[in-house]
Amino acid sequence: MPHRKVGFGLRSIGHTVVNGVWRLGYASRFFLLTLVSSGASFRRIHLTIREIYFSGVMSLIIILVSGLFVGMVLGLQGYETLQKYGSESALGSLVALSLVRELGPVLAALLFASRAGSAITAEIGLMKATEQISAMEMMAVDPISRVVAPRFWGGVISMPLLAAMFSAIGVFGGYLVGVVFIGVDEGSFWSQMQAAVDFRQDIVNGVIKSVTFGIAVTAIALFEGYDAPPTAEGVSHATTRTVVTSALVVLGLDFILTAFMFRGV
Amino acid sequence: MERTTLDLWVGVFVVGGLIALLILAFKVGNLGGYDGSETYKVYGEFDNIGGLKVKAPVKSAGVVVGRVSDIQFDNKTFLALVEMRISKRYLFPRDSSAAILTSGLLGEQYIGLDAGGDEANLRNGDKFKLTQSAVVLERLIGQVLFNKAGEGGDKKAPAQ
Amino acid sequence: MPAENLVEISDLSFAYNKRPILKGINMKIPRGKIVAIMGLSGCGKTTTLRLIGGALKSRSATGSVKVAGQEVRDLDQEGLYRMRRKMGMLFQFGALFTDLSVYENVAFQMREHTDLPESMIRDLVLMKLHAVGLRGAQNLMPSELSGGMARRVALARAISLDPMLMMYDEPFAGLDPISLSVIGNLIRHLNDALGATSIVVTHDIQESLKIVDYIYFMAEGVVVAEGTADEIKASSLPFVHQFVWGEIDGPVSFHYPSPPYRKDLLLETAHAA
Repeated sequence: MPHRKVGFGLRSIGHTVVNGVWRLGYASRFFLLTLVSSGASFRRIHLTIREIYFSGVMSLIIILVSGLFVGMVLGLQGYETLQKYGSESALGSLVALSLVRELGPVLAALLFASRAGSAITAEIGLMKATEQISAMEMMAVDPISRVVAPRFWGGVISMPLLAAMFSAIGVFGGYLVGVVFIGVDEGSFWSQMQAAVDFRQDIVNGVIKSVTFGIAVTAIALFEGYDAPPTAEGVSHATTRTVVTSALVVLGLDFILTAFMFRGV
Repeated sequence: MERTTLDLWVGVFVVGGLIALLILAFKVGNLGGYDGSETYKVYGEFDNIGGLKVKAPVKSAGVVVGRVSDIQFDNKTFLALVEMRISKRYLFPRDSSAAILTSGLLGEQYIGLDAGGDEANLRNGDKFKLTQSAVVLERLIGQVLFNKAGEGGDKKAPAQ
Repeated sequence: MPAENLVEISDLSFAYNKRPILKGINMKIPRGKIVAIMGLSGCGKTTTLRLIGGALKSRSATGSVKVAGQEVRDLDQEGLYRMRRKMGMLFQFGALFTDLSVYENVAFQMREHTDLPESMIRDLVLMKLHAVGLRGAQNLMPSELSGGMARRVALARAISLDPMLMMYDEPFAGLDPISLSVIGNLIRHLNDALGATSIVVTHDIQESLKIVDYIYFMAEGVVVAEGTADEIKASSLPFVHQFVWGEIDGPVSFHYPSPPYRKDLLLETAHAA
């Protein structure tokens, strides 16, 4: 009896692995197909503009409010730590570097995944469940190029803009707490920041990160929606998976990108 | 196809994002500060560079005038060879000196330039004649102890 | 030379995950007629419709499905899309695009497939909406429509490019009696007005008998009976009789195929012991 259980366990592990690899392959093919079918997203730019509205503009409030608070917390905590070493003038560079290099792209991507990513998954999953995707195919319209690709580019364009706004308002939050409330010298706050933050090294790399995260989160959200079983339960599971998978992929990618970008600096 | 309020919002969003990027580039970053393309190279040899790193600022009178672009070890002289790129806007006399300094007690290390009095200016590829190495904490402590010991010996000497 | 039959299905078999759905069916859908495919849920009628529309990649299908003389299976993606532009399909619950207004739903195919100027699209959309009696609802969103209205908008959308073949997947499901008659009448009128050919997949026998020209009965993947409405009503075949009159027991058994009842119960007690 026990070895039968072991056999069953092994088989279920094997099944999970094979299934996972299979799904990954399917997802890659879906991603490539999306890229290939992107022509219409640019020829009929209003399709993409509409999606920038839904994924970008609609995420604006949560991004700005979170960015402001994260910056303010950085200002407060950073000051607490730095003043122990008498270098509170470095507050500006601490706030700016944390935001531009890491927190801006990563937190904006996580918020984007839970605000826009989950919405994309739910919308496409429901379109499938209510046969809208099939209807489109029967009308000789390719749903990948009409529905999926514009959402993909909308997300990829929105993400770096959102991350930049997150960082900018975060720096302002740090300034608000550090300079206006606590009273760190304004001149040294900005000059230390400008001395420490390098355009190519920090800001461009931050933008590269946010574009990468935008591609990853949007592609995951679209695939989960497209692959969701067409039932209420299937769509809700897919939405959860979008947020969880996006978070893991964003953090994993962040580590890899950071290792490449800031090695030896 | 007509304009809609949706287009307006997307326009506001895109402009807002670009402004945020510009703020990051000019206000937060140092893109306005010095221009990476318009530079000339100068070299300095140091006994010890301490914790100096590539990309560390080169300052004169506290103003960033350039960056450290390369650090190498010269196996013939056993000295560290530091390559700096200085903005072409800033010219320094040939007898200027370079020192490795630390900002704050635990801050990062940078190169400080002190202008000399020569008529001719440093040109691309020139080397600083006068350099001052980084202060290494252990040596500093060792020096202090040595001096103390010396003082102690001096005090004892008259007693003998 | 236009073939007399717009759709010809001969000896079509299809299996899904090795479970046979269709077992060698033959059908002829003549031009200009409305043909109903009837049967119980799960008898393969929707599958037949999907095979005609090329919506199922039919690796495991044998036999032939010809639309306007063209073998559907031989078409590549592009050819399939070209064929589908001449088809209209009404889905079971309408499948309206929930993010577009009624007007935009009907205009969808015109925008996707034609370069018509906006003014002409507007005229066409209003004509189609007028045909289904919903011109006044053009600015509503699909979520604001009742089930019957949504079905009519979907119908207007399906006929937006004047298709030569209309397919209806359960057009009567879940409708109140009035909407049901409205949809039934629309199917008949639109078919005659457009000079189209229609295939109606349904299990609503009473409504279908009023509007269709010819009926195929399917059960367990085979065509068990066919004939005009009058022939079907007069049919003495036990299955057709049971279906038309909605009797509980007959050739179609109440029980899903299962091992003998007693044996099942005995097995239960053996497990417990």
